[in-house]
Order: sequence, then C-alpha cells, then structure tokens
Amino acid sequence: MTTLAAAAGTEAAPEPAEASGPRRSFGRYLAGKVLGALGSLLFVLVVNFFLFRVLPGDPARSLTRGRVVSKEQMDAFREQYGLDQPLAQQFLTYLKNTAQGDLGVSIRYNVPVSELIVDRMWPTIALVGVSTLLATVIGVYLGMVSAWRRGGGFDRFSTGITLTLYSMPEWWLGLLLIAGLSVGFGPLPGIFPTGGLNSIDADPSSLSGMLDSAWHLTLPVITLTLAYLAEYSLIMRSSLLDELGENYLTTARAKGLRDVEVRRRHAVPNALLPTTTLAALNIGFVVSGAITIETIFSIPGLGLLSYEALSIPDYDVLQGTFLLASGAVIVANLVANLIYGVLDPRVRT
Amino acid sequence: MSTTSPPLSARQIARRRRTAAWRRNWALFRGHRAGLVGLCILAVFVVVALAAPLLADGEGLKVTKATGGVLESPSGEFWLGTDESGRSVLTMLIWGTRISLLVGLLATAISMVIGTVVGLVAGFFEGWTSRLLYRLTEWFLVIPFLPLAIILAVVLGRSLLNIAIVIGVTSWPATALLIRSQTLSIKERPYLERARVLGAGRWHQMTRHVLPNVMPMVFANTTLTVAVAILSETTLSFLGLGDPGRVSWGSMLEGAFGVGAMTTGSWWYIVPPGICVVLVVLAFTLIGQALEEVFNPRLRER
Repeated sequence: MTTLAAAAGTEAAPEPAEASGPRRSFGRYLAGKVLGALGSLLFVLVVNFFLFRVLPGDPARSLTRGRVVSKEQMDAFREQYGLDQPLAQQFLTYLKNTAQGDLGVSIRYNVPVSELIVDRMWPTIALVGVSTLLATVIGVYLGMVSAWRRGGGFDRFSTGITLTLYSMPEWWLGLLLIAGLSVGFGPLPGIFPTGGLNSIDADPSSLSGMLDSAWHLTLPVITLTLAYLAEYSLIMRSSLLDELGENYLTTARAKGLRDVEVRRRHAVPNALLPTTTLAALNIGFVVSGAITIETIFSIPGLGLLSYEALSIPDYDVLQGTFLLASGAVIVANLVANLIYGVLDPRVRT
Repeated sequence: MSTTSPPLSARQIARRRRTAAWRRNWALFRGHRAGLVGLCILAVFVVVALAAPLLADGEGLKVTKATGGVLESPSGEFWLGTDESGRSVLTMLIWGTRISLLVGLLATAISMVIGTVVGLVAGFFEGWTSRLLYRLTEWFLVIPFLPLAIILAVVLGRSLLNIAIVIGVTSWPATALLIRSQTLSIKERPYLERARVLGAGRWHQMTRHVLPNVMPMVFANTTLTVAVAILSETTLSFLGLGDPGRVSWGSMLEGAFGVGAMTTGSWWYIVPPGICVVLVVLAFTLIGQALEEVFNPRLRER
C-alpha cells in the first residue's frame, strides 16, 4: 500500500539539481541502472544473512527455539551450520551457496528450499501474472474515463469504488467472495470452489485438469484484480488530470483535432508514463498480495509456502522466498526503468 | 494605524502569522466534503477507542470469562454474535479499535521520524551521505513490503511494540522521498541563501528554515501513512504475527479465518472487523488527500 503515497513523491521527481546536469547517453543510463540493481540485490543478501544471524542473539539458540537441546547438540549444530567460524567467513560461504542455488533445507519438508521453490512457483506466477495484467488494463481504463469526465457521475462512482477497494485488505475481500460465491449465502448456492488448485479427481496434466485449475484460480484472480486495479485507476486518473492542464493539449484542440483524438494521441501516452513506474513498483506489492490470497484460497504457491513457514518458523524457507521475491521485484524494476528510459529521454539525465 | 499600536516582537508576529495560516488552511479544508466526512468517521472511532471501558466490559475479552456459546448468531444479548470461544464480537470490536489505532499511530510516528530525518539529510547534504541515503530509500521502496515485514516480525518476536516497529521500519521510504524532493527545492530558495550568508549553521538552517517548510507536507503525508499502517497491522495480525495477548481487528479476522467462519456462514465474525478497517483506512485516506490539496496549491487548481 505504500505505492500510492510513493506516487505522490515521484510526482515531484524531476529535481532541479539533477536536471541541470549534462544529459547522459543511454549507455551510461543503462550501466547506472544495472549497477544500482546489483547493489540492491547485494543488500538483500546482506539483510537476509545478518537478520537471521546477528539480531536474535545466539543464532543456535534462536534457530532451535522451542526445543530442548543439550550443550553437545548446540555445539554440533553450530558446527553443522558453520556458526563456529568468523562472521565474514560465514557470509562468504552464504554468498557462495546462494550463487550455487543452495538456499538451505526446509525443516518442515526436509527437502532443499530451491526444490520447494521450483515446485511451488507456477501457481504463483499464473495468479500474479494474470491479475496484474487484468488490473493494469481495467484500472488504467477506469482512471482514463474518470479523468476525462472529471466531476461527472461516472467519475464520482468510480473514484468512490476504487477508494473503498484501496482501503480494503485484499484478503478480507477474498474471504467475503469465498463466503458469497463459493459457499453460497442464504438461498444462493455457491458456484466457485472454495480453495485449492485442483479438484481431487482431476489429472492436472490433462486438458480438463488444466481447465479445472483455471476454474479454481478464477476467484483468487478476481480478488487480486479488484484489489490492485484501484491503485492503477487512481494514479492514471491523477496523472491524466495533470496532463489535461498542459498547453500542448490546447494546441492540439486548436489544430482542430477532435476530443477523442486529443485524448488518444496526446494526453494518454504522456499520462501512461507515471503509470509504468507504478506498475513496476507494484510488482512488489502484488508479491505481498499473493501471500495472503494464496493463504485464504489454499493455493499451493510461494505465498502459501511462506505463510506455512512463518508459523514454524522455517527460517531457510522464509529467507529463500524473501530472496526470490526481492530479486524478482528488483529485476522487474530494472526492466521498467530501462523501458522508461527508452520511452522518455528526459529521465536519462 | 500602526503608529498607535505598540511594535510587535518577532515572536508575536510569527505567532500571528501562524494562527492566520491555520485559519486559512482550516477554511480550505472545510471546503472539502470528502475530507470532512473522513474527519467525522475518524472522530467516531476515536471516541469509541477512548470510551472503550465505558462501552463494553474489558473482562469480556478473556476467554475464561466468556458467557456466550460457540459462534452464536447476533441476538439481544450479543448484538454482533459471539466468537469461537463465546466472547461477544461487539466487545472485541470496541476494544480492538484501541489496539488497531494505537499500532497504526505508533507505527506512523516511527515511520515519520525515520522518513523525515532521512529525507532532510538526503536532500540537504551533498556527497556520499546523501547518495547512500537515497539508495537506501530506493531499496526500501522497492523491496516487497510483506516478505520483509514477515522476516522482521519473525526475528523480533510477537508483541505490540514489535509490530509497530516492523511497520514503521518498512513504511518510511515514501515519506523520505517526498521530504527529500521538497528539501532540494527549498534549499535553492533565496532566503536560505541569505541565512547562509548571515552565517547560519547547517543545524540552524535545517531546523529553523527547511523543516518548518516541509512540515505541512509531512502532516498531509502522516495521515496517509496511518492508513497504510493500519492496513499493514491488520494483514500482519491476520497472518498470526500480531501480539497474541491482545485483540485487534486483524487478530479477530485471524480467529474468524482459523475457525472457517466464511464456510459456516458466521458473517458476524468476518464482516464487522473488516468494515471497521475499511472505514478507518478510508477516513485517513480522505483526510490525507484533502490535506494534500490544502497544502499543495498546484493540486488545488484542479
């Protein structure tokens, strides 16, 4: 939810101090962004490593929290995890292991975390991908129409609905949808499955099995889409309203272009730029949504994996999913920045 | 006119100007219907939170003192039914208002302090400190909130203060960016140049000139941050990371989800806490947006 407030910050982004500098080439812009992303990734690794080893005092004790252990067991534990070595050495080992795809072993499942992640990746990608796409398209469209008919009935209705959706925890909306559409309310029968990814008798690899999975994913996708379109709509509305005051639109109208043309060819492309940045920042937000939505719909994806891990707590799994989520968001942001750099040469300064 | 009245001291002038500014802003704010609606909703919840002991007996929160049956539907005795251990949902809702608002405000205070300090320093200073802080802000902005909050909450343990710390530590970057960009523009203004020429130190410039000028933005931003913080508290409590000893709206929803209230049709256990969250978050958002328009003339023209 931080992104709406953040958008208010990015509004003032073109700072005088930086804009006055010499314009850089695209190559330098690219190099700067890639280096920045690598730095962020390294910092994720540092946080991931130190949070679990330094903060809670004795890691051996906190990693075995809730279990009775003897001194010998503790020592064996320390040796097994390399906790008897100096911190710098441990960090290097951690970096090396992570680079080789070794993310540790899950206490709950007793299998390597990387295997678990690969197993659980696809439902999340399907859920998050489809909902992001739908939310962007519908949200941008709603925001566009609202801004164009500012103050009218549609605008007030749409802004009211989107603000309410924005103020709602997405999983609460999901719970309501489960109660209303899956279980059925009063005389109305439920139509959607209450959760899971497959029916018990379906073969996930067959065509009917895939359709069955799609059917199971419908309600979660609707929930996430509703939750996220609000933000796109609000941002698109405000950035289009910004553009509408600009002189070049008056010029376009004075040239004799019809309103539809002015909107489609002049205002909307410019208003889409801030929305692009938001879409990238929002991927992190969607990752968060996947955790709660997968939990309430019991979809066996990465989100549910993290939820299950936090009650144990299964540290290696939590670290692995955090690393993956952050890495995905950093890469997505890098890509968005590069696209933005191509679309709008002004940001390359 | 002015010859008859005694000369005013600098402090008096400042105070007069400040009162005039408050009055002007309040008049502008009153012109915002949505903002006023938000203020009214919020007032109701604040009254409920403060008057909780008068409205409902705090003993009703104890599982051992519960008088109702399991998941009873609303009746004359329990207006909003009971939960899985027979406690009145209404009592929990009223007392939950306190915790949800408290955590929201506490987290916001932490977030505002970090955000303002980082933003001011990053905007005011030049060189590597500023660049480092800017990168740090960007990092916190990009990293997905919930996974980071989850690992922090797991590491810190579950308590009221910890959940506020977790939310505060993860939600400051938007504020910092806003303050930084404001600071950058204020820094270039002539009156600050004048202050520098007169020999004002950095501390004086920051606290006496830059900070008072960014304060209105901080204020508007604070109300928006409270909305985010309350939503985050609800989500973290729902995931079981809240204070296990206290009832908040999030922990009520956790309980409701745990007993499968949505499949048993116990709507009274799911719907009311959610509506409270939506109303409070909406109230803060509406007030925040109205304040933003009051303090930012560029937005007002729309």
